[in-house]
Amino acid sequence: MCWYFGQEMTEDIENIITKYRQGRREDLIPLLQEIQERLGHLPEEAIIRVGSHLGLSTTKIYGLATFYDQFRFIPSGRIHISVCHGTSCFMNGSQGIIDKLTEELKTAPGQTSRNGNFSFDIVTCMGGCYHGPVITVNDEYHIHVSQDQIPELIRKLKYIIEND
Amino acid sequence: MDDLKTFLIEKVLLFESDTLSPEAEKVLSQIRREKTDVPVVYVSSNSSSIIAGSEKTYNALKLFAEENEPGTVVIKVGCAGPANYEPVICIQMPGKNKLYFRNITEEKVEPLMNGVFHNDISEEDLIGQSGSKGFELWPGIDFLEDIPFFALQKRLVLGNCGCYDPGRIEEYIAVGGYRTYLKTIRHYTYDEVCDLIERSGLRGRSGGGYLTGLKWKQALNTPSNARYLICNAKESDPGAFSDRLVMESDPHRLIEGMAIAAYAIGSSNAILYLKAGSEHARAGIQNAIEQARDYGLLGHNIHSSGYNLDIVVRMEPGAFVCGEETALINSLEGKRGMPQLKPPYPTSAGLAGKPTVINNVETLMNVPLIMQNGPEWYRTIGTFSSPGTKIFALAGRGRFSGVIEVEMGTSLRTIVEDIADGIRDAREFKAVQIGGASGSFITSDDLDTQVDFDAMRRQGFSMGSGGFVVIDETSCIVDLVRYYMDFICKESCGKCIPCREGTGRMLEILENVIRKPANEDTGTTLERFRGVMQLETISSVMKDASLCGLGQNAPNPFVSALKNFREEFEEHIFDRKCRANVCRGLRTFIIDVEKCTGCTVCAGKCPVNAIYGTRLQPYFIVEDKCIGCGICYDVCKFSAVIVK
Repeated sequence: MCWYFGQEMTEDIENIITKYRQGRREDLIPLLQEIQERLGHLPEEAIIRVGSHLGLSTTKIYGLATFYDQFRFIPSGRIHISVCHGTSCFMNGSQGIIDKLTEELKTAPGQTSRNGNFSFDIVTCMGGCYHGPVITVNDEYHIHVSQDQIPELIRKLKYIIEND
Repeated sequence: MDDLKTFLIEKVLLFESDTLSPEAEKVLSQIRREKTDVPVVYVSSNSSSIIAGSEKTYNALKLFAEENEPGTVVIKVGCAGPANYEPVICIQMPGKNKLYFRNITEEKVEPLMNGVFHNDISEEDLIGQSGSKGFELWPGIDFLEDIPFFALQKRLVLGNCGCYDPGRIEEYIAVGGYRTYLKTIRHYTYDEVCDLIERSGLRGRSGGGYLTGLKWKQALNTPSNARYLICNAKESDPGAFSDRLVMESDPHRLIEGMAIAAYAIGSSNAILYLKAGSEHARAGIQNAIEQARDYGLLGHNIHSSGYNLDIVVRMEPGAFVCGEETALINSLEGKRGMPQLKPPYPTSAGLAGKPTVINNVETLMNVPLIMQNGPEWYRTIGTFSSPGTKIFALAGRGRFSGVIEVEMGTSLRTIVEDIADGIRDAREFKAVQIGGASGSFITSDDLDTQVDFDAMRRQGFSMGSGGFVVIDETSCIVDLVRYYMDFICKESCGKCIPCREGTGRMLEILENVIRKPANEDTGTTLERFRGVMQLETISSVMKDASLCGLGQNAPNPFVSALKNFREEFEEHIFDRKCRANVCRGLRTFIIDVEKCTGCTVCAGKCPVNAIYGTRLQPYFIVEDKCIGCGICYDVCKFSAVIVK
């Protein structure tokens, strides 16, 4: 969850690209993954730069990156929430949590709120099936969450952001 | 540290005879902490327990040990099994049996440890004791082996899980690890290894049940200058987590299995294809690979055997379809993960056009065991056609959940009724769902089916990814079918039309079934009926015409649900009613006249103005207008709104 602009970001991208000097097609996904790990998302600049490095058109890369769920094209929010939507969590009511989050944050899953404070996404299984529904807030686990707790949680998080 | 490494390599790993020297045995037993003079506390540390808070428990234990009982060793181990008991900790006092405790959160650490150190064990947190000969028993405490969850399992592949610190290669060597691998690459030819595995009858655990040895032979017999071994650790079925926990608990055995498999097909490039987001497993595996390299078990000319091997970890970028072999290869080549027509099979032309073997984690974890104990031994376990064991990720509404391993031939009923110990909160059992999004629902009538590739196939079930979800009466089958279809629809890669369009249409129809249109006229009702009638046709077309397993198996949940729960579907379609009160659109609400105070809150919030009444008098809901959104139910402070 880093915020990068301009020069600094360009340098980061260059540093990562030099690691994959050979520029083979099979390096494309690891390269994009590493950029995303560093920057938190794939900015347009990165896609163009990777394209010129690997000799691929930008549309090709964009087409590939949109195929996979992992890649994001907008920065994630300062607070990122992941909701587990595995079978067990679903049976315990994760759909309600997703609906409630969408309503409270006015943001669809996979997107970032306008002010850049919140983003949330859905993951298939985190492995905590007995403790479902499981959500993570900036990598901190919350277990046995019910949808009634969501408004309270969001209020707390908003308070934290405002006083940060 | 370096002394220990040299010692282990020379006196253990490269030691030719099967019986080690007494000196080496002594060192190994020390590493295994068999005769410990200090208390040892094992904290389970894997994705499942971390979610339950085991990291905090670990820190609290460390702090407690430092302050109160210096000398106590606190170590992280893999997963012991029961996820409902996480965080599990195990305490071994010098000379005594191990004690297992459940649900030890941060704040429970101090009272528990104080109790154990003063011989006052709290019954409430106790699971049981376990130990071997020569250890003092704890009087009056049950044995772990007496609990059905443990007693009915046969933990071979999971044998090391929860017993050693996965972060240290020495501990894996101490339980006998890597010796088989070195023996294999020094004394066996490629063909011999393939033969051994074929004779053992090991079948691929990813669902198809293809003979592993045969697959390896096909790759070995294809002439080529390079071959690849890929371990498919990408289990992205919703509700499947076994591979991940196994990798976190016992990464070294996976590496050993991969190394033997790579040797058997004469490959010096092995790739571990890991699921996106499993960071904990990735860190563990990377660490294990580093250590194996350090011990000379991977790299160039491994211990002068003339064999080279390197294992690379690649992260899957998040697409369910990449579990399919050809799609996985495409994704590794830096393309969109779309499946291709088979043949050619990957064993003849796979990654970069070279022969490639793709096995999943569980299959490869079996390999060191077979090489160590011989194929005849392996044949004695399980059934004739499917030897060995099967790992399931037990989840859902059972009393117990977690990663379990049962012998092939165990009936599903044993798993549901004894290992999972029935349903939580005394509810009624409805079905089990095996194999995730492409699996089937199995009702109590079919529960006597054995866990066996052929027996399951005869009944029309597939083992799939090993997800085992116990469903009770609080879940609506139609809603679950819609959930799986929603998942598949999102994950369909879009290459072939039957799957791309079929999943979309099926989802649309299923959503219509559970949606209550605000003002449904005759036309739309008719459409709904017609749609439902088409569901079966669409499924059969998808089964026949889809390109890969994802599309072919996508209708499985629906087909099996329709077969077993037809009346529930009919209730949804004709009576517009959901038994379990899960389908939001079909819920209707009434206001309890006794409880309603006439506060007007619900009437104000109702989006369709379906609630009428006079202030301070009981209100009522006009059923025809109600869209079942449930807002009144949520806002009522007096719980006067009831779901009918």
